Amino acid sequence: MTAKIATITSGKGGVGKTTATANIGVALASMGKRVVCIDADIGLRNLDVVMGLENRIVYDLVDVVEGRCKLRQALIKDKRLNGLYLIPAAQTRDKTAVSPQDMIKLADDLRSEFDWVIVDSPAGIERGFRNAIAPADVVLVVTNPEVSSVRDADRIIGLIEAEEKGPGKLIVNRIKPEMVKRGDMLDTPDILDVLAIELLGIIPEDEHVIVASNQGLPVAMDPKSRAGRAFMNTARRLDGEDVPFESLEGADGFFGRLSRLVKPGGEG
Amino acid sequence: MSFFNRLLGENRSSAKSAKERLQLVLVHDRADLSPGNLEALKDEVIDVISRYVDIDRRAVSISLTKDRNEQRLVADIPLANARRRRGSAG
Repeated sequence: MTAKIATITSGKGGVGKTTATANIGVALASMGKRVVCIDADIGLRNLDVVMGLENRIVYDLVDVVEGRCKLRQALIKDKRLNGLYLIPAAQTRDKTAVSPQDMIKLADDLRSEFDWVIVDSPAGIERGFRNAIAPADVVLVVTNPEVSSVRDADRIIGLIEAEEKGPGKLIVNRIKPEMVKRGDMLDTPDILDVLAIELLGIIPEDEHVIVASNQGLPVAMDPKSRAGRAFMNTARRLDGEDVPFESLEGADGFFGRLSRLVKPGGEG
Repeated sequence: MSFFNRLLGENRSSAKSAKERLQLVLVHDRADLSPGNLEALKDEVIDVISRYVDIDRRAVSISLTKDRNEQRLVADIPLANARRRRGSAG
């Protein structure tokens, strides 16, 4: 196995990076892939609770980097889903405890044992963000359909390009189709028009996401959830499958326009 | 559309405003040139050009535009009209 490293980032906080990381990780594992999610938000650990693995932490990312444990010891195995692992962030340290080189080495050590390494980046554009994108083969930029969030996504895309990590791929999170329909929310083609990068996923606003995080069960584990299905499709596209953007991700018609927009460029 | 927009009889969707505001702010972000600095640039350009030719200062417009991948600083600098120029020369 030679893992691909995908870093999930956004610039702005609170747009759904951690939720996306957990769910794409779950989705890829449910497709039979071996996946490790890494929480790179040192000092503000959260991926563990979203994944429901918070009670199993013994060692963390900083312990691995500083040689206090073996890499294998810091890998928490998700017992509900075969092939899914987590490396949690340290909670009592800060971003300076890890360097971009440490992250590259860690990712390289994981490559031989996994299909996918998903790195959850902290918000911001400083050290933590640079740590998170250092090992990335592909960078996924999460945005909400809001002016502030899209603006920050544009800034992040510029920084990713400056680091020669490619233009990145976009995940539009928390779309409300009914607001889009009445002209009160930016729709995905508008956002693509402004940011000019490839679209990887559209995740509709869905109360299941909060219920899921209350319980520590990522929503991609719930086939009844629209957001869960959208994350599944996003993961399949990430893995190279050609999955159309269709009505199951939201209101019909609206997404029909989108698939025409996305098709010509080709995916994956 | 919001209640207020409807109340004011405005036919503009808030999503449209969002897109336009975004495009404008991103043009400045990407060029790393704030609207304030652009204004200062404009004043200096007016001063420099005025040393060589009589221009209509109030009609000068300098703006950032973007088409596809290219960003451009576009200046429109109308010259003061010939009659006035003759008048001021004589």
